[in-house]
Amino acid sequence: MEPILSARDVSFAYDNYEEKQLPPIVLDDISLDIQPGEFVAVLGHNGSGKSTLAKHFNAILLPTAGTVYVNGINTKEEDRLYDIRQSAGMVFQNPDNQLVATIVEEDVAFALENLGVPPEEIRRRVDESLKAVGMYEYREHSPHQLSGGQKQRVAIAGIIAMRPKCIVLDEPTAMLDPQGRKEVLQTIRQLGGQFGITVVLITHYMDEAAQSGRVVVVDNGKVILDGPPRQVFSHVELLKSVGLDVPQATELAWLLRQDGYNLPDDILFEEECVQAIEKLLEEHHVSH
Amino acid sequence: MLKDITIGQYFPGHSVLHRLDPRMKILLTIGYIVMLFTVSNPLGLGVGILFLIFAYAISKIPPKMITKSLKPVIPIIIFTTLLNMFFVKGDPLVDWWIFHISRQGLLTAVVMTIRIICLIAGTSLLTYTTSPITLTDGLERLMKPLKKIHFPVHELSMMMTIALRFIPTLIEETDKIMNAQKARGADLESGGVIQRAKALVPILIPLFVSAFRRADELALAMECRCYRGDVGRTRMKQLHYSWQDGVAAAVTVLCIGMVVVVNIFAPVVF
Repeated sequence: MEPILSARDVSFAYDNYEEKQLPPIVLDDISLDIQPGEFVAVLGHNGSGKSTLAKHFNAILLPTAGTVYVNGINTKEEDRLYDIRQSAGMVFQNPDNQLVATIVEEDVAFALENLGVPPEEIRRRVDESLKAVGMYEYREHSPHQLSGGQKQRVAIAGIIAMRPKCIVLDEPTAMLDPQGRKEVLQTIRQLGGQFGITVVLITHYMDEAAQSGRVVVVDNGKVILDGPPRQVFSHVELLKSVGLDVPQATELAWLLRQDGYNLPDDILFEEECVQAIEKLLEEHHVSH
Repeated sequence: MLKDITIGQYFPGHSVLHRLDPRMKILLTIGYIVMLFTVSNPLGLGVGILFLIFAYAISKIPPKMITKSLKPVIPIIIFTTLLNMFFVKGDPLVDWWIFHISRQGLLTAVVMTIRIICLIAGTSLLTYTTSPITLTDGLERLMKPLKKIHFPVHELSMMMTIALRFIPTLIEETDKIMNAQKARGADLESGGVIQRAKALVPILIPLFVSAFRRADELALAMECRCYRGDVGRTRMKQLHYSWQDGVAAAVTVLCIGMVVVVNIFAPVVF
């Protein structure tokens, strides 16, 4: 299958990095293929280049060297810019700064209006998208009446109304409270499951990454780990050495293993950890 | 405290006036204003007043809203009234020391006052019954022909929409910054005018910086949603004139016609 997003030997550097106090090379020879329908989490600490990478998937930034293909289109093809942006929608961190209109449904319609979709079709797709993110009842509200999580869901609806093949979310939960994070994450997971949209989630929350199908860890502009969450998070030392955490359950199991307890190294979620420890305690009991 | 500020004076409702097409409402309001100022006879003015009362009655806007909308213009009304009363020359009524009031002056003063009150009440009715966003929409579509002479109609309406969208956000932000500065010991409430104006500087600067940052991010988000000005742009909500718009137009045109007839055949009084 042809990958939906594909980065080939991509390097990127800002030309005015000195005045902006940025590292000279933000992306360093990255190659990454993302298949249709995948749910990929891109992990990295601040300044690792993960947001820069995300901006390449939408032709906001063009690589200094190498090529990026979105749905088979080279992002350097300027006359296909709107095809690219329609194939790969992008959701940003701050929910307030990406809503344009004063009414929720008008905002969801914004992209479709820009694309010149006929009015009846816009109406249909707006309703459909708002229902998909569970914000249909709020369609006539104004954005400032909504909570952060709700605003972010509206922003997601605005993107999926374009019917993109892929959606790139750049730390969509970083400014939300726990309740909002939960709502948004649930919506994101639904996108992949229900609509078959490829999801690229840029995040620094380990528990969000743990729920994905594939984790890509970026550090210093390089991909250092790439694989299913269980496999990636089993590299506890490596992750810690680049300033990242692992999910708490994984960390607990790792610490216990360090002390010589026999626990599996692919624990991700709390329940698994509880079961493993219970099992261990039982064995312990039996042996005494 | 800042949250109490409402921009625009929209008064939500479901009356016929609320449902009229914004373009029609704008046009009719302009027609009404022109009519008010061409009237030359008490009978014609009476028609204008009756029309306004009728419009307020079917809009179900509480009458006390009229006084509310008039409050800020009271100084202007008093000023024009006095000016007209004392400076229009004619048959003297009062002639005492430096004060000279003529019959014509008194009449013009009364008529001017009524005209201004009707003007304010009439235009307020437009903003009471039309939400700011609908109004912007209506204006954009009305001004569409101006595009031919390269007047940036779409850009202007986009600016207005974004301004309306960000007013609550920026007000909230101002509140936060004020609290943050107060927490650091800023004194915003005491002192004279100059001192208070100076105290605003540490609020305005962070507000501006953040507004620019927001603008930058918003522009990026708009680009990502394929915004490219009004090139090939469609709208979800189409405006359609309905039979109600026709009736409203007919009633208004009838009123204007009556005023014209009165103007021609009745004696010119003012």
